[in-house]
Amino acid sequence: MGAALDDGLGADAGQNAGIGDPFLIIRDVGKQFGNFVALERVSLNVLSGEFVSFLGPSGCGKTTLLRAVAGLDPPTVGRIIQAGRDITALPPAERDFGIVFQSYALFPNLSVAENIGYGLRGAAWPKTRRQQRVAELLHLVGLADQTVKYPAQLSGGQQQRVALARALAAEPGLLLLDEPLSALDAIVRLHLRQEIRALQQRLGVTTIMVTHDQEEALSVSDRIVVMSQGRIEQIGTPEEVYSQPASAFVAGFIGRSAHFTAKVHTPSGHIAFKDLVMPASAAGHLLYGEAVEVFIRPEDVELTTTADQGAACFSATVTGCEFLGPVCRIALEARGLRFEADVPPATFAELKAHPGSELMSRFRPDRLLIFPSHD
Amino acid sequence: MIRPKASADETWLRTIQAVGFLFLILALALPLGSLLLRAFEDQHGSFVGLRNFATYVTTPSLVGSAWNSLWTALLTTCVVIPLAFAYAYGLTRSCMPGKWIFRAIMLLPILAPSLLPALSLIYLFGNQGMLRWLMAGGSIYGPWGIIGAQIFYCFPAAAIILSVALSTADGRLYEAAEALKASRLRIFLTVTLPGAMYGLVSASVVVFTLVVTDFGIPKVIGGQFNVLATDVYKQVVGRQDLNMGAVVGLVLLLPAILAFLLDRWAHGKRTATMSGRAVVYRPKPRRGRDLPAFLLCLGVAMALLVIVAVSVWGSFIRFWPYNLALTLDNYDFARFDTAGWQAVWLSVKLSLMTALVGAALIFIIAYSLERGPQRSLVAVPLRFLTTIPLAVPGLVLGLSFIIFFNHPANPLGIIYGTLAILVLNSIIHFYTVGHLTAVTAIRQLDREFEAVSASLHVPIWQTFGRVTLPICLPAIFQILIFLFVSAMTTVSAVIFLYGPDTKPASIAVVHMDEAGQVSAAAAMACVILAVSLTAKLIEIVAGTVFARFASAWRR
Repeated sequence: MGAALDDGLGADAGQNAGIGDPFLIIRDVGKQFGNFVALERVSLNVLSGEFVSFLGPSGCGKTTLLRAVAGLDPPTVGRIIQAGRDITALPPAERDFGIVFQSYALFPNLSVAENIGYGLRGAAWPKTRRQQRVAELLHLVGLADQTVKYPAQLSGGQQQRVALARALAAEPGLLLLDEPLSALDAIVRLHLRQEIRALQQRLGVTTIMVTHDQEEALSVSDRIVVMSQGRIEQIGTPEEVYSQPASAFVAGFIGRSAHFTAKVHTPSGHIAFKDLVMPASAAGHLLYGEAVEVFIRPEDVELTTTADQGAACFSATVTGCEFLGPVCRIALEARGLRFEADVPPATFAELKAHPGSELMSRFRPDRLLIFPSHD
Repeated sequence: MIRPKASADETWLRTIQAVGFLFLILALALPLGSLLLRAFEDQHGSFVGLRNFATYVTTPSLVGSAWNSLWTALLTTCVVIPLAFAYAYGLTRSCMPGKWIFRAIMLLPILAPSLLPALSLIYLFGNQGMLRWLMAGGSIYGPWGIIGAQIFYCFPAAAIILSVALSTADGRLYEAAEALKASRLRIFLTVTLPGAMYGLVSASVVVFTLVVTDFGIPKVIGGQFNVLATDVYKQVVGRQDLNMGAVVGLVLLLPAILAFLLDRWAHGKRTATMSGRAVVYRPKPRRGRDLPAFLLCLGVAMALLVIVAVSVWGSFIRFWPYNLALTLDNYDFARFDTAGWQAVWLSVKLSLMTALVGAALIFIIAYSLERGPQRSLVAVPLRFLTTIPLAVPGLVLGLSFIIFFNHPANPLGIIYGTLAILVLNSIIHFYTVGHLTAVTAIRQLDREFEAVSASLHVPIWQTFGRVTLPICLPAIFQILIFLFVSAMTTVSAVIFLYGPDTKPASIAVVHMDEAGQVSAAAAMACVILAVSLTAKLIEIVAGTVFARFASAWRR
């Protein structure tokens, strides 16, 4: 690897640290344990003030990457530059970040205030200033009345806020969140993720969150880094990774979808599953006969009782119905192809769907997600 | 390739590991190594190969001792284990009254030197024994006395292990078995016994090792009946033959190492009996079980109390058994042994130093091993070294200490004959148990405490002092008291190492018994018991105070 290129990177980032410029540059960062590659040379930039999520199944390398950024497990190759400073080889204590772990790692024998003020020590933090800052943070996370309590006396959500306040206490340039919500129950989780996002936007602190929960990532992130098997599959806004997935993995991992293997068919822009031929805009540039992985989301399936939509329609058997409140999800099957369709309750009533009934189905051609098969 | 810059925290931990490694090399590995070498040398230090071992196996008296050790240990194990199992079963699986009293009495023998039960048996069945007629012409001085005293001495260890094994039962298994209409016997055989299997193996191994390696009991009550432990003593102290002593020491090490490996194996075989969702078993009152359990525990507890009481009573008697008038004369130790009460104060000093230095050393090294580099060239052998003392009998360690520290070429020889070598020996001898307690406590802490502190730019020693230490205080105190009591009661570890000015109380007991002053020996043993008991009571009080103080943050 050329030293000149590396140096160029560092200099670039150092001079412009304004909002919107790369605050954190990760270049070709990889990690190997013996023969096991936990992280293959990945690269990405995190902009100043941005909220980025590392999303993927367990073992995808997202935590390894976060720990490399934190310096807890240094990478074996690559470079990490934060605010123009090469931090790749630095120990955590010489970096500038706050971290919240899944377990929170709150000190059980210290009170809430002592936990939050734990890092506020030394000449820069005389007693009065420290007390002021702790009070400010307690107020910020809405725990002003819990100062003297110990972590064990708080609820999971409150503990989470203490951990967040502790991480933010010394105003770090970078906030790292390692599965911060996964120890909480579903309702608290929903509430807290919005709170974290609001807080992050108010403070403008650059934030990286590791999560395996796609809904969580989609709802709070500016950008999502989807990872799998130590590689980055896609970097994009929530909207992008949902509607324009870059790979079959992303299409299958993000959102709900039915998956099947098909072949590119004639005329151009059609695919075939057994004898079912359907139009698919994304297949236009592919060669006839090529095998493709196809994904279709439930909201992109249209159902009718009559076959008046032309050739794109095919008949499918209802195998199950699920009432989810705002929508009804109908499971269907046609020629061994299993898929789901979401319809509003009013439409559901019109369709009179019940297990065993036949419905005409259509996959929206512009919404079929198509990827060439690898084998 | 990136070379991560070492953090100050990591440097601290690495340094502690290195110091700990050096410490255990000097105080454990090198002494044991010189013992091993010595077994292959003659008196003049020339290498003689296996000649010493050849002499050993062709000397009938020595081989006979090995056999004696083996069968007395086996027999003791066969008696203690069922008894301790029944006792532990009563404590954990019945609804009998007075469990806490039985628990307390069960621990009593730990607090006394092993010599105490032997002295009690002599009071009862010895040449001047009150119940001598019960022996029907036989003699207590020999295998039966050894076994009797060992049963008393080993009972607590077995009972503790088994009550832990029996207390972790999944109540759902019992409900399922009852729902399937299994008989009580079948439930016992298919649920209770398999669940306690590891505990049974472990307890048997511990009892067997305790008996084989104990020195005090056969010394006091063994008479002409030789065992391995007394052989080592005779070779070294009687015949001044360190080479043959080393050979017998290695033979003594053999069963201890085998037992250690067996226990390790059983530990590996043990499957998790308690899953996270397990429901703790709570016994319901049932007269058919509770009454026999109560009677059995009462019987055992009475026997334990009687053994202790006989020595206590005997220590206050003017001339056993002819003049039973009470007197304090036996406690005027200066009349029997030149060291007098100095021996007691020396023991207290030795135990205090062992406890304070040992607990600090053990805890800090355990911390550096748990939170420092795991696979480094220092950490791996250091971790191994911490497990070794458990398999090394006190006599063998003591012997290896003389061979190593008394070597003319060893500059560390200056500590020979001082209190320092006794303290060092005691710390090493009881190292593993303390280490395991420390590791268990440290592992209960969140692994990310250090990472969080680093991110907050707080150095590791500060977090160690503000968080780790306060939370682990009960465990540290437990280590402290364990070291204190062990150093107070041990005979075997220090018998080779005391000097003219550094004679501990437990050794004074042996000497007074040797000189025929049984009452004074019993009195000294009772003083040791009283000091240990006080230490244990302090532990209980401190534990209660801590629990109250920490109740706010502990769940």
